[in-house]
Amino acid sequence: MTSRKTVLVLGGSSDIGRATARAFAKAGYDVALAGRDVAVLEPDAADLRARYNVEVGIHQFDVLDTASFDGFVGALPALPDVVISIVGLLGAQESAQEDLAHATTIMRSNYEGPSLILGLFAEKFLARGNGTIVGVSSVAGDRGRASNYVYGSAKAGFSAFLSGLRARASRGGVHVVTVKPGFVRTKMTEGMKLIGPLTVEAPVVGDAILQAVEKKTDIVYVSGKWRLVMLIIKTLPEAIFKKLKF
Amino acid sequence: MTLVSGWGRFPVVDTDLRRPRSLAAVGEAIAGLAGAVARGNGRAYGDAAIGAARTVAMTGFDRVRSFDPATGRIRLEAGLLLSDLIDTFGPRGFLPFVVPGTQFVSIGGAIAADVHGKNHHCEGGFGRYVDSILLRTGQGEVIEASREQNSDAFFATVGGMGLTGVILEATMRLRPVETGWIRERVISASDLDAAMRALEASDSATYSVAWIDCAARGRDLGRSLIYLGEHARADELAGGAGAFPAGRNPALAVPVDLPSMTLNRYSIRAFNELYCRMGARRSGGNHVVSLYPYFFPLDSIADWNRIYGRRGFLQHQCVIPEQGARDVLGDILGRVARRGDASFLAVLKKLGQGDGILSFPLPGYTLALDFPVKGDILKFLDEIDRLVVAAGGRLYLAKDARQSRATFEAGYPALSRFNAIRKSLDPAGNIRSKLSQRLFDEV
Repeated sequence: MTSRKTVLVLGGSSDIGRATARAFAKAGYDVALAGRDVAVLEPDAADLRARYNVEVGIHQFDVLDTASFDGFVGALPALPDVVISIVGLLGAQESAQEDLAHATTIMRSNYEGPSLILGLFAEKFLARGNGTIVGVSSVAGDRGRASNYVYGSAKAGFSAFLSGLRARASRGGVHVVTVKPGFVRTKMTEGMKLIGPLTVEAPVVGDAILQAVEKKTDIVYVSGKWRLVMLIIKTLPEAIFKKLKF
Repeated sequence: MTLVSGWGRFPVVDTDLRRPRSLAAVGEAIAGLAGAVARGNGRAYGDAAIGAARTVAMTGFDRVRSFDPATGRIRLEAGLLLSDLIDTFGPRGFLPFVVPGTQFVSIGGAIAADVHGKNHHCEGGFGRYVDSILLRTGQGEVIEASREQNSDAFFATVGGMGLTGVILEATMRLRPVETGWIRERVISASDLDAAMRALEASDSATYSVAWIDCAARGRDLGRSLIYLGEHARADELAGGAGAFPAGRNPALAVPVDLPSMTLNRYSIRAFNELYCRMGARRSGGNHVVSLYPYFFPLDSIADWNRIYGRRGFLQHQCVIPEQGARDVLGDILGRVARRGDASFLAVLKKLGQGDGILSFPLPGYTLALDFPVKGDILKFLDEIDRLVVAAGGRLYLAKDARQSRATFEAGYPALSRFNAIRKSLDPAGNIRSKLSQRLFDEV
């Protein structure tokens, strides 16, 4: 079945990664799952094969090991049609304020690594003349907030990278999607206080990403409510915003 | 700590809720603390899926391990929901053999409650199609239990309300189907006798269930609509219909808890009148309907449990042995009609033999009623229980939040055998739920 499209999911063992892989496999894509620990990916690969009768490959990928990126891309059996980066690290804002190593890891996991690997794929896609790149960023990148600006600033950088890449790549037949999920009930957010009406389950994000790829959407707020919430947050004057604690 | 309740939202219990993602984490959640139980999607109505101290949420385990399209055999993780199974394998021509009234139950929960569907009278319960279960026992062993191997553990786990250990995975058989549509026939019955006769006469129908208008009294008592169903073949579909209907998100949702006065004898009677007239219009010939509204009519209203208000509701589901069922059911329905605060609808159906040691079904009729939690409802239900026990019947543990030990023990004569097996799998008593504290455990 070589005529089928292939999607590569970076961060395939995360809840959003698993849900996204399922959405694409259900739509008939063959899947490549990439993550730090391939043993963890194996049960998810078996799940996709059993459910949707598609081809699933697994690949070792560490977003912090940027030196390995060229080799990673070169070792793939084929250049995928769609590449999706779901990699990210929420970290802990309070420790990141004092612990530079932790802050660095947050910045590199959310900005440096995802941007570099997607940039690399963009060059290959542009050379081929087609392809779709999806970066899962965050509403936290829309404006730095007191409670999570280390993470937020890294996501802001990633969003800016995707925005610029989109403008350049669109002329070469390559589409770039920026996804801002808002609150999602996942392993990453477990224990956090999430606001019910603004919170979605991971499969909703997976379906939204598939839809954005097929409809060539540029920027996706998974829940439309977040577009409004962030519009308000973005337009608050700094004098007021700096007094807010959230 | 987290406030947790069953689908009936009564009782609400503060529990240490864990969401393990690995076998090791399941072990940690259970070991060294007397009183944890696994929880699936929280659709048991009462206190079955709330741990005595800790509750182990299993919905993170939702993978298919393997599937053989030649035989329909499937190996699944226990937290996978039936809705997922149907949406994924329905379009490939396979459905579960048994589905309960909601698709939003986990596989583990369906096994633990040995749930039944509209086909129990001829095809048995969920457990009948489970070939083996991967169980983490209370003492920490991980065993494969089937009819051949560890069979005591198998038959205690099917219908065992999660008290033998944590169900991790299961191998089961799926039903090959040509379509995801049901050929439905609706029969209108003017009273209880007519309803029971119609169910009796439809023994050979694959699916059958009666929806009783609880507000009907006097000579209308037991007025109902009987829904019969068969899997539709591809050549029975209207032109243009796909072989599998689109799965649907809930079309409606109940966004807030309604004030409990929303449901009163007048609103209920008006609703039932309307429902019966609409159904009567459909009665007679055959119609082809999507499996979703046929099997899961209430799933189309998300969070429908909120219509009973903040204090929640109780579902009373009993089964009465066939002999003498007519009189007892008539007595119960009469009392309910006089009270006037029962649910929109009561569900009546025939059951066959159960498979697990504590499985709810026995050959006879099962009646399910919903009541808002208020007033003297607990006392009223105790009276109903006395009628059930006197008739040799029992209550469904998956729905129960309030029956007494005496009622439970009278209804489940195989309890001592179950307890002995449970003890051998969990000598220290690590697995305990609020339900087991109420009905099983030594105090």
